[in-house]
Amino acid sequence: MTLKEVVNNVASMPASKDAVVDIKNLSLTFQTADGPVYALSDVDLTINEGDFVSFIGPSGCGKTTLLRVIADLERATGGDISINGVSPEQARENRAYGYVFQAPALLPWRSIERNVTLPLEIMEISKEERIKRAHDALKLVELNGFEKKFPWQLSGGMQQRASIARALSFDADLLLMDEPFGALDEIVRDHLNEQLLKLWARTNKTVAFVTHSIPEAVYLSTKIVVMSPRPGRIIDVIETDFPRDRSLDIRETPEFLEIAHRVREGLRAGHSNDE
Amino acid sequence: MNQMKLDKFCLVGAIAALLALIFPLAGVDLDTGKQVAFVGDIPGLAIAMALCVIAGAAFTWIGVRSVLSGTVLLAVAVFGCWQAVSTLYDHGVAGYAGTGFWLFIISLWAFVWRGIDVIANYRSLETAKQQTANVIVPVAFGMWLLFVWEVLVAGFGVPQVLLPPPSMIGVRFVTSTDVMAADFYQTFVKAVLSGYVLGCGSAFVMAIAVDRVPFLKRGLLPLGNMVSALPIIGVAPIMVMWFGFDWQSKAAVIVIMTFFPMLVNTVTGLNAAGKLERDLMATYASGYWSTLFRLRLPAAMPFVFNALKINSTLALIGAIVAEFFGTPIVGMGFRISTEVGRMNIDMVWAEIALAALAGTAFYGAVAYIERKATSWHPSFRVRRH
Ligand SMILES: Nc1ncnc2c1ncn2[C@@H]1O[C@H](COP(=O)(O)OP(=O)(O)OP(=O)(O)O)[C@@H](O)[C@H]1O
Ligand SMILES: [Mg+2]
Repeated sequence: MTLKEVVNNVASMPASKDAVVDIKNLSLTFQTADGPVYALSDVDLTINEGDFVSFIGPSGCGKTTLLRVIADLERATGGDISINGVSPEQARENRAYGYVFQAPALLPWRSIERNVTLPLEIMEISKEERIKRAHDALKLVELNGFEKKFPWQLSGGMQQRASIARALSFDADLLLMDEPFGALDEIVRDHLNEQLLKLWARTNKTVAFVTHSIPEAVYLSTKIVVMSPRPGRIIDVIETDFPRDRSLDIRETPEFLEIAHRVREGLRAGHSNDE
Repeated sequence: MNQMKLDKFCLVGAIAALLALIFPLAGVDLDTGKQVAFVGDIPGLAIAMALCVIAGAAFTWIGVRSVLSGTVLLAVAVFGCWQAVSTLYDHGVAGYAGTGFWLFIISLWAFVWRGIDVIANYRSLETAKQQTANVIVPVAFGMWLLFVWEVLVAGFGVPQVLLPPPSMIGVRFVTSTDVMAADFYQTFVKAVLSGYVLGCGSAFVMAIAVDRVPFLKRGLLPLGNMVSALPIIGVAPIMVMWFGFDWQSKAAVIVIMTFFPMLVNTVTGLNAAGKLERDLMATYASGYWSTLFRLRLPAAMPFVFNALKINSTLALIGAIVAEFFGTPIVGMGFRISTEVGRMNIDMVWAEIALAALAGTAFYGAVAYIERKATSWHPSFRVRRH
């Protein structure tokens, strides 16, 4: 190893040894016809391997934008960001993450099964393997039996579950989920939350999860990021220390309520900045 | 009585048929000074008119609600139509039809209208029954139009050069199948199909190139609009000079006509996939070709088929018109232009009928493939569970 390489290695060393997402001083401004929109500003955030990070904040505060920057669907206009130690573009090319969009985005000409196998097809995985993985992923979101249906034959919530199965099918280590359960009823939501937690506890995946629900954020996360709008910035980062294999019952514990209270305070503070 | 709803169409039909029995059936022959024919001399017609009066009166009273009563009405009308035609040709009324005759036609019109109306409103969950009803309606309507054409032309004695009756066209059609088959082969199979495949195919490939290269999109599309506005009358003779008299020059005209509708539609279609779906493909690091085949082309299919349907009609028109400017002595356009000169108008009409049949079948075939290929599209899909 030459000296230069050593210096380079040290320089590009992530903040923590296993930082999956490392964001420093990031900002993003959209240039629109009505002038600049400051979507993100001064965002500093580290997501470590195995973290479950929830983003919560009022509508329009830049949660989706931040997730899209991580996914290389949007380019930051300032600051630094690295995913697994490389640029977001590199990470995307390496298929480092699975992304669940705010809307299901299923292709209407493909059956549910073929929608779920779409990423596997692009990644040139063999046909039997594709079918097997689609089957497993659909089972996880309890859509087995719907393989041959078309998206428009399913309810909105079922479509969203299919899109989650699609993101799970290729087993990426990083999951980016933009309000995946927003369209679901309370019971199904609780159930899928449990399933997601189980999957996360079992596989040590890293999850970045946008939500509007305080209980959902507190229940799922190891780290809660509270954001405020105009310009979108992080106003609080709350670490929780519930065990990884937590059950729904923790929602009744005092710690849970305390954290939920702190999140709510943070959101209120963000709102009052607004006026 | 006054809270009962009378069926107006049946009422009109009954009254018109009753009046038809009273008013003179035919005009006066100028040579003999006598009426050409009387209802009393034609038992079949008299029976038909009487049936119309009875059925009309009965259904005015009980109403036409079921498909069965609609069918009875249509059956009465069909019998009446048959008798009307026979009156014209077998009893010398052709050219001399009088008030009574036309009143009878009005009566038949009322029954046919009401009968088709009932069947058109028929709704069944059994697909076979529904499809039968869906077929009967346009067929019955088409038959009725042919009948009216026949009766008007024969009844008023319209000269055949102006407009031959459909029966004459039909006879000409079946007696000259060998000529028509040769014409069809020359014009449709050779010129239309090859020109269509070539025009649509090359435009499709070109559209993908245009989509890939921005300057082509800005430079070529406006030019394309200009070319597609070129009058085919002007282009056809030039193509004949370039490619000779045979089908190749016709195919060339068709290529010019079909190229730009296909190009423009496909380019539009390639941009039809939403931003969200493109982002989705980006998250899988899907390459250009992968995204093209898995997302953009499927999303473009409705647009592509739209162009294919438009072009199926354009291609036939192009081939026929282009044959006016020089062709070997065969082809649908050639036949039309020469037979017009010879005053063989029935042959011209037979060729027009052939063109209409071929065009409809071609369009129908493309539409059928479209239905199969884009059954996912909101305009086709049926909710099945
Ligand atoms: N492509 C774009 N061009 C211009 N402005 C944009 C664009 N995308 C987002 N914005 C703006 O950036 C801000 C943040 O949007 P973003 O979608 O990230 O909000 P969000 O927090 O996800 O909101 P929600 O909870 O409603 O989904 C908004 O003010 C929005 O109008
Ligand atoms: Mg959002």
